Amino acid sequence: MADLLLELFSEEIPAGMQKRASADLQKIVTNGLVEAGLTYASAGTFATPRRLCLTIDGLLSESPAVREERKGPRVDAPEQALNGFLRGAGLTKDQLEVRDDKKGQTYYAVIEKAGRPAAEIVAEVVTDAIRNFPWPKSMRWGAGGLRWVRPLHSILCILSAEDGAEVVDFEIDGIESANLTAGHRFMAPEWFSVNNFEQYQVELKKAFVVLDAQERADHIWEDAKNMAFAQGLELVEDAGLLAEVAGLVEWPVVLMGDIADDFLNLPPEVLITSMKEHQKFFSVKNPKTGRIEKFVTVANRTTKDNGATILAGNQKVLFARLSDAKFFWENDLRIAKAGMGEWTDKLQNVTFHNKLGTQAERIDRIAALAGEIAPLVGADVALATKAAKLAKADLSSEMVGEFAKLQGLMGRYYAAEAGLPAEVGAASQEHYSPLGPTDVVPTAPVSAAVAMADKIDTLTGFWAIDEKPTGSKDPFALRRAALGVIRLVLENDVRANATALFAKGYDGADAGDLLGFFHDRLKVYLKDAGISHDVIDACLAMPNNDDFTLLVKRAKALQTFRNSDDGENLLQGFKRANNILIAEEKKDGVSYEGTPEVKFAEEDAERELFAALDANEGKITDAIANEDFASAMSALAALRGPIDAFFENVQVNADAQVVRRNRLCLLNRIRATMAAVSDFTLIEG
Amino acid sequence: MTITKPTCFQEIILRLQNYWAEHGCAIMQPYDMEVGAGTFHPATTLRALGSKPWAAAYVQPSRRPTDGRYGENPNRLQHYYQYQVLIKPSPPQLQELYLGSLEAIGIDMELHDIRFVEDDWESPTLGAWGLGWEVWCDGMEVSQFTYFQQVGGHDCKPVSGELTYGLERLAMYVLGVDHVMDMPFNAPGSAIELKYRDVFQQTEQEYSRWNFDIADTDTLLQHFKDAEAECERILAAPHDDPKTGKKIIMAHPAYDQCIKASHLFNLLDARGVISVTERQAYIGRVRNLAKACADAFVQTEAGGAAA
Repeated sequence: MADLLLELFSEEIPAGMQKRASADLQKIVTNGLVEAGLTYASAGTFATPRRLCLTIDGLLSESPAVREERKGPRVDAPEQALNGFLRGAGLTKDQLEVRDDKKGQTYYAVIEKAGRPAAEIVAEVVTDAIRNFPWPKSMRWGAGGLRWVRPLHSILCILSAEDGAEVVDFEIDGIESANLTAGHRFMAPEWFSVNNFEQYQVELKKAFVVLDAQERADHIWEDAKNMAFAQGLELVEDAGLLAEVAGLVEWPVVLMGDIADDFLNLPPEVLITSMKEHQKFFSVKNPKTGRIEKFVTVANRTTKDNGATILAGNQKVLFARLSDAKFFWENDLRIAKAGMGEWTDKLQNVTFHNKLGTQAERIDRIAALAGEIAPLVGADVALATKAAKLAKADLSSEMVGEFAKLQGLMGRYYAAEAGLPAEVGAASQEHYSPLGPTDVVPTAPVSAAVAMADKIDTLTGFWAIDEKPTGSKDPFALRRAALGVIRLVLENDVRANATALFAKGYDGADAGDLLGFFHDRLKVYLKDAGISHDVIDACLAMPNNDDFTLLVKRAKALQTFRNSDDGENLLQGFKRANNILIAEEKKDGVSYEGTPEVKFAEEDAERELFAALDANEGKITDAIANEDFASAMSALAALRGPIDAFFENVQVNADAQVVRRNRLCLLNRIRATMAAVSDFTLIEG
Repeated sequence: MTITKPTCFQEIILRLQNYWAEHGCAIMQPYDMEVGAGTFHPATTLRALGSKPWAAAYVQPSRRPTDGRYGENPNRLQHYYQYQVLIKPSPPQLQELYLGSLEAIGIDMELHDIRFVEDDWESPTLGAWGLGWEVWCDGMEVSQFTYFQQVGGHDCKPVSGELTYGLERLAMYVLGVDHVMDMPFNAPGSAIELKYRDVFQQTEQEYSRWNFDIADTDTLLQHFKDAEAECERILAAPHDDPKTGKKIIMAHPAYDQCIKASHLFNLLDARGVISVTERQAYIGRVRNLAKACADAFVQTEAGGAAA
């Protein structure tokens, strides 16, 4: 048994790539080792800005010998067959054995592979892993041909056992493996030798390198939280930023600094975004006022002035950045308070898509559509129209020009500053939602109207110019838009025929085709909600299938019914009735759509089925008319017993033609009754 | 080793010149044309191509018409200086060399926090890209550090290492100045003491006005077309010169026209006459010129072709 330690030491690896790269390194190397017969007990990986590290414990010190027997062609088989066999086995003819088989003399190959020392296998596997590493973006450097994420400088690769460590010898593009690594770039740049992982990790820490990203992140978080707490403040959580910052430092040193008073009145989101995007600072909030009052930055070293110079520098950069933000905010407020006209005018010069006109033209369409949708969601028409007209005005603002992700939110601030109704500001912020399957759906009526109008305009527009998503390509995020409309409709309980809304969208879209696209999205959405595809198909086959609220109500009730015992049995009864009808109708060349009459019934079970249908058909029709699908399903459930009893006791194909015909018409009555609920022929099982 | 702090803008430039001269770069002079960045200098763009080793450093006045603020913004200028270093093949210790240059201009590594933060570089107009970082000093970007992978559509083999320092910003940081115009240009205490303001305030105003409001767009447009046509005409000329009987491929004169077209595009952009959709088309036209110049250069001796 031996332990493997591998460190790939390079120039700074982008923070966002470190985690994935260390996982890939582990997967590729361990797979390669196991494939070559070297099993191991456990493995772990680490990453810092300058190194990827892999440690494997309990690795076999050599791969086991392998003996394999292969049966070949018969001795009298054609030459080509033998040659093919030899190629596959990697042997020559004289190495084959001839054995007597049932069918005659047959060639056999016995391939014996001796075990190989671990070092030899490790060298091959690691070389291969480095040469073919799946970096999302890689580069060459100097005059070499090797690709790595940034120039690779050294490779530490050792196998250690109780009696010491040996370097696994190999060389890649002039880099020779060794047992050396270096500490922190500035604080301890000297190289030192390594015998095993424990010593490696301990020595690195002495050389100001914390190997484990999680340990760095925890340290940063704890220190930052405590510093904020000591001043009665609160650190604003940001897991993504924390992971990124932990990937930018080997020796994290947390420093907290002040935000100049000049900037404390900027919206907190502006401060948070500016500090995060430009400086990778955490924000520190005063919990009493909600204002962002301080920042936390993470340096990569300690200094003899305890970070004073570093903090002063960072503060200065922040001052310049926030001066820009403040300048934008003040300019924007002036335009907002004047009614945002300057911004909406500007949108006349911004192309949305060269076949779909300018942003301004698009906004006019959305406003008209939002007016049409308003009554459906209980919104005031005039307010919805006004909100739609201003919802995207902030796209022209300087702040959104600088920080695109603040779109909508700035609109809300500016609407408030301009004294517009709160609904208008809310619509500006919320109309982009929902952005994905888990994003919150706007429920405020005006926001919902604008959100639906925005998405329907986009969808009908791109449908009209035939720019539909194909395969994995969906550059305009139309799948997301369609799902957004579906979720808006369902979660706001909107009753509307989608095709009628499409007709009010961009001219020239094929509404039927677009509805099909919506149905595909709906299937995915409902599948996640536990509704099977056949149940959805059975409901899609019913009228008004572009009324998504109705459709989903029906599908949910049907799924519940389908999952019940009654449902399962009734389905079997339906299938039986339907199969018999199809077979008999085909055979006889007629359809049994006539009205069955109870007077021709001969058996009790038959009469009971008549009675059950008489008692429940009306209930089903009424329930369906009232869209009370649960009641329709329980009325259906009441048919289950009589139908089961019918099939148990009654021979449909009676000798007497009148009786047979009547029974087939009775089956058809079952089929017709059930068809009012959904298309049961499409349900599997 | 303690290094004294520089006292003025030009001292920082001089120290960088000395540092890179000591480390084997040919100290070149600015290219005598209007460019948007030091990368456009043929000592970078063209010399990054082909197999011949190269090492050059120079100051390049750079013009970004849209960044003009009439000299009022503390750190935005339509005309500023870049310091540019290009070494091919990139030496293994380029990061350490670079850090040495920061020390040379008075940044004490023991007190500051220097970080290499991912930043992939791409120039759509030059058909060029590379991987590297922006270098942060205490949270401020002080340089771009790039390993060129492709220029003018050609793979860079070997790879050049490129360093770009934004001189004004870097100097303001080192000198502790908050507004660029307040920065000492020559040494404080000189007989005639000059601040950045004395040298550039007036020109920033004049050019801002011209760039934004006065430059004649029809003329600029015509110049753009002329430069494009001339570039193509130069490259279409037969390689064999009938007068000297020599093979003379005119990659550099053609590239001058490409530089011109690029700057004219920037001016048109500042005048606000290029729409979003047209933008891409103009960038594509300049890129085509850059690619054609690169194609020509690699057929020349400096471009690594057999003589």
